[in-house]
Amino acid sequence: MFHLTLHLADDALILGHRNSEWTGHGPNLEQDIAISNIALDQIGQARNFYQYAAELYNANKDAYTNIISSPAFLQVIGSIDEDDLAYLRDAMEFRNHLLVELNKGDWAVTITRQFFMSLYQQLLYTDLQYSADKRLAAIAEKSLKEVNYHVRWSGEWVIRLGDGTEESHHRMETAIDQLWPYVGELFIPADFQLEAAASGLLKNPEYYREPWLEKTRAAFEQAGLMIPAPNWYQKGGKQGIHTEHLGYLLAEMQYLQRSHPGAQW
Amino acid sequence: MEKQATINLEQQFQDRVDQDIRIEPKDWMPDKYRQTLIRQISQHAHSEIVGMLPEGNWITRAPSLRRKATLIAKVQDEAGHGLYLYSAAETLGISRAEMIDQLHTGKAKYSSIFNYPTLTWADIGTIGWLVDGAAIMNQVPLCRTSYGPYARAMVRICKEESFHQRQGFEILLTLSRGSEAQKAMCQDAINRWWWPSIMMFGPADDASPHTAQSMKWKIKRFTNDELRQKFVDICADQVKILGMELPDPELKWNAERGHYDFGKINWEEFWQVISGNGPCNKERIAARVKAHEEGAWVREAATAFATKRAQKQSAAVA
Repeated sequence: MFHLTLHLADDALILGHRNSEWTGHGPNLEQDIAISNIALDQIGQARNFYQYAAELYNANKDAYTNIISSPAFLQVIGSIDEDDLAYLRDAMEFRNHLLVELNKGDWAVTITRQFFMSLYQQLLYTDLQYSADKRLAAIAEKSLKEVNYHVRWSGEWVIRLGDGTEESHHRMETAIDQLWPYVGELFIPADFQLEAAASGLLKNPEYYREPWLEKTRAAFEQAGLMIPAPNWYQKGGKQGIHTEHLGYLLAEMQYLQRSHPGAQW
Repeated sequence: MEKQATINLEQQFQDRVDQDIRIEPKDWMPDKYRQTLIRQISQHAHSEIVGMLPEGNWITRAPSLRRKATLIAKVQDEAGHGLYLYSAAETLGISRAEMIDQLHTGKAKYSSIFNYPTLTWADIGTIGWLVDGAAIMNQVPLCRTSYGPYARAMVRICKEESFHQRQGFEILLTLSRGSEAQKAMCQDAINRWWWPSIMMFGPADDASPHTAQSMKWKIKRFTNDELRQKFVDICADQVKILGMELPDPELKWNAERGHYDFGKINWEEFWQVISGNGPCNKERIAARVKAHEEGAWVREAATAFATKRAQKQSAAVA
């Protein structure tokens, strides 16, 4: 359960962080506000999951040394909190999908990634609302309202860019080609997901592959875009084997916490 | 005859202003009043937009999840303020595209404070406390400015700004109660931002060419020096709560005046930064131009798509 919660938190945080890189640099003011809003929603979701993960960890510290062993984290005295989980773990202890850590790219990459991920989160949270774990269920229910909006917003942009100008269409094709190898990982279960499925917390993610493809296909059809042929998928994020991008993201995000150990901010 | 008519209109306009009746977009107004407002409101809008950059600079490095979320929300509020203000200026007959173009070509100015760099996390707290604090001091009277759309935009903006100021002060308060390194970080940021902040009120009254006319039109309600003094008085007390100091050896309570005396402002620096020689002038504009240019294809696609949809719809109706 701790592992699963951490994974959900990491996905939300890392994607929120990437989206927040647009704040102040969006294609116009309205969209600058929109993408910042989505970043805020995701960071909010991450905080809820991290807070729960911290409680689970504090209740049974010795059980998770195989998951987190970074020296900075182990030096925390007493109970850990959401920030210790976000700021003091090393890259290999993050459990997010590779898809969310890739650089933000141009607006087409950001939109396409958001659409892929929001669709996935929508399917996942819809079920998680009914999870045997009441706390996860409550977070999912709250997050789902936000995610429904993210799906609508990014879906509209997929169609607008796909069916906009020749350039926007081309950029969308490029973005899809770049991101497609990373979508497979969403549906390949990690051990902790199999365990969660076995204990009735959440379905095996394989279950979401078809509904996800169907919704993607429907949006792509309206946008005049093609789904790439199935191909080799990159994976490893959920096991802690990431792309080169995550290390830089964390170096930037964590540096203040790391250089002032134990300080309050 | 025509000249006489204009004189009458001007007299009627001034009468309305004198009676504190708001001027609305369709009312007659002197051309110079319109131009002054366009200059001032667009400058204000640009300041919000450029101001997103120095603070946005710390979003990816904010030291806790709560601080990160608050900072994103704050910078996002500034984008919102930019939107209201561009809309208010548009009621005077200029488009957002024209205003943005004036910013990018250097024809329009923005608040010089944003040409200073944000070097540490304490700068984010200090901007909230001092820069937003000075902005509020300037902006609260604008809620009663004579031009209706500007006054109404300012009411919304002031509410959010005072929230930002409290958040900024709270960041500094946390640092001031933290480790020695955090305290030093806090004092250093105050040292760097204090003088630029009190320059935000603009040149001294005797060197401010627009003040008299703007006061007569009730665009401005207080002079630069009056507002600056009020700000110094408040900050001189607030800094004590932080256990920090303002970097001015001449700062001293003057019981006779009922105000703090303060040292001489380096106006040479002020004019240098305004004329483009501040530490970040070129970077700030370059960042805005880059975002605008890289967003061009997105805006074009959105327009093309909307046109296509409208055509489809009218074809379907026909």
